[in-house]
Amino acid sequence: MALGVFLIVAIVAVASALALVLRRNPIHGALFLVVNLGCVAVLYLLLGAEFLALAQVIIYAGAIMVLFVFAIMVLIPGKEETGPDPLRSQRLMAVPLGLFLLLEIALVLWGSRSGGGVGGAASLPQVGVRAGGIESVGRLLLGDYLFAFEVTSILLLAALVGVLTLAKRKSE
Amino acid sequence: MTPTMAGLGIAFGRVAFVMLFVLTMGGLLTWVERKQSAVMQDRIGANRASIFGLRLLGLFHPLADAIKMLTKEDFLPARADRTLFTLAPFVSVVSALVAFAAIPFGDVLRAGGREIPLQAVTLNAGILYVFAMLSLGVFGVMMAGWASANNYALLGGQRAAALMISAEVAIGASIMGVAMVYGSLDMMEIIRGQGAPLLPQWFGDWIPKWGIFTQLPAFILFLAAGMAATKRIPFDFPEGESEIIGYFVEYSGMKFGMFMMADFVETVVIAGLTTALFLGGWQVPYLAGDGFRFPWGATVALAQPLVALLQVLAFCLKVAVVCWFLMLIRWTLPRFRYDQAMRLGWLGLFPLSILNVAATGLVLVAWRGP
Repeated sequence: MALGVFLIVAIVAVASALALVLRRNPIHGALFLVVNLGCVAVLYLLLGAEFLALAQVIIYAGAIMVLFVFAIMVLIPGKEETGPDPLRSQRLMAVPLGLFLLLEIALVLWGSRSGGGVGGAASLPQVGVRAGGIESVGRLLLGDYLFAFEVTSILLLAALVGVLTLAKRKSE
Repeated sequence: MTPTMAGLGIAFGRVAFVMLFVLTMGGLLTWVERKQSAVMQDRIGANRASIFGLRLLGLFHPLADAIKMLTKEDFLPARADRTLFTLAPFVSVVSALVAFAAIPFGDVLRAGGREIPLQAVTLNAGILYVFAMLSLGVFGVMMAGWASANNYALLGGQRAAALMISAEVAIGASIMGVAMVYGSLDMMEIIRGQGAPLLPQWFGDWIPKWGIFTQLPAFILFLAAGMAATKRIPFDFPEGESEIIGYFVEYSGMKFGMFMMADFVETVVIAGLTTALFLGGWQVPYLAGDGFRFPWGATVALAQPLVALLQVLAFCLKVAVVCWFLMLIRWTLPRFRYDQAMRLGWLGLFPLSILNVAATGLVLVAWRGP
């Protein structure tokens, strides 16, 4: 049954990702991205990572995407969406960069198959059976990776303060 | 019947019970809202719908409303985004309906050699699930506002989204204190924790350790934020049926009905969460797994299925009482203005919830040791 669920969710995920890129309507694109993020959450759930799946829905689908949709709604119908693409020259860059990303993914996959190397099973921390359980995530974040966790939170705080300063200066 | 068939049947029964309970409560609330407001404002209220002369205090009005909405013209504005316009009410209703799935309505039922948890879905991080589903409801109102191709609806949708986000942040922060006290995000564990006696060295076995006693500030903050999340009076500026225009101005018939239903179902979900987190969920005071054990020494032995039944009834009763209380507040307060509600959410409820988390942490460390 897990394989069947995986196949359905994977197909929906790929289809919504394609729709996100191909749809002209920015709102439709953003909503397809929500569907895609939801599918990824289900994939996490299939892997037993319950906390990760719910955090994915709350933070990405429930918070970040709401802001995306909000911003698009306030800005419609901007020139960017209806006129010719002003960033047309960037499309040339897209092909080699996309190929490079594909190469990277292939390398990681190949490494994990052989057991060592980048992203291999050996390089992942061993955290017991319930790797996605909330206890193990909490233990890792506030134990082994406390420094990285705190540095990330300070980075986010700095970004927040920076945005506040920029927004305030504009309004005066 | 094979074991897998029985397992499937039990799983179906658990989901069906929650579904029926939420839908029935939501439908009844439309009647409760009209009748209670009438009593509070010295009116008679809904009493006209009758079947063969039987009126039952207007209890047939939800039925009449449903028939009316299903048979009304389903209007689609000319410039509307057809797909999103149709999808929006479904997103609103479904996200509210599935949110209740992780809220337990009873302890374990032991019957026929099986242990059946009385909960539609058993989840390790159940609170987060409810929270995640409630947060998806924002897309329904935003899609409705945008797809209507009406600037008033768009503005209403944005007011609704801003309100729901500010409320959900406060809800999430106020729940944190409860999770800290009971040491779990699993609703079943939190409710079991609330069955223990509160401060037995002072009160003996008299007072149960319900969340309302251990986390009173969180209870008040959660209730206020929960009312805001349901987008009803006093937080009904996104729709404001009587004066201002809201996100569902272009909707008619059952699609409009579904938005109303989503609000009522959200009220039931908030009441269920309040019950589970602060009022002991399915706990009946002094009722253990094998019967009553009163603190003055008397005991009444009860069979296990009877205990489970009492627990389910207690849960339903508590949810109904919280719904009644929410309606009472609804018809007591005037409407907040948009900026007032935003200030209340971001500058009042949210910082106070964070303060509550910090204070709870300090007390817990001082009490139990680091």
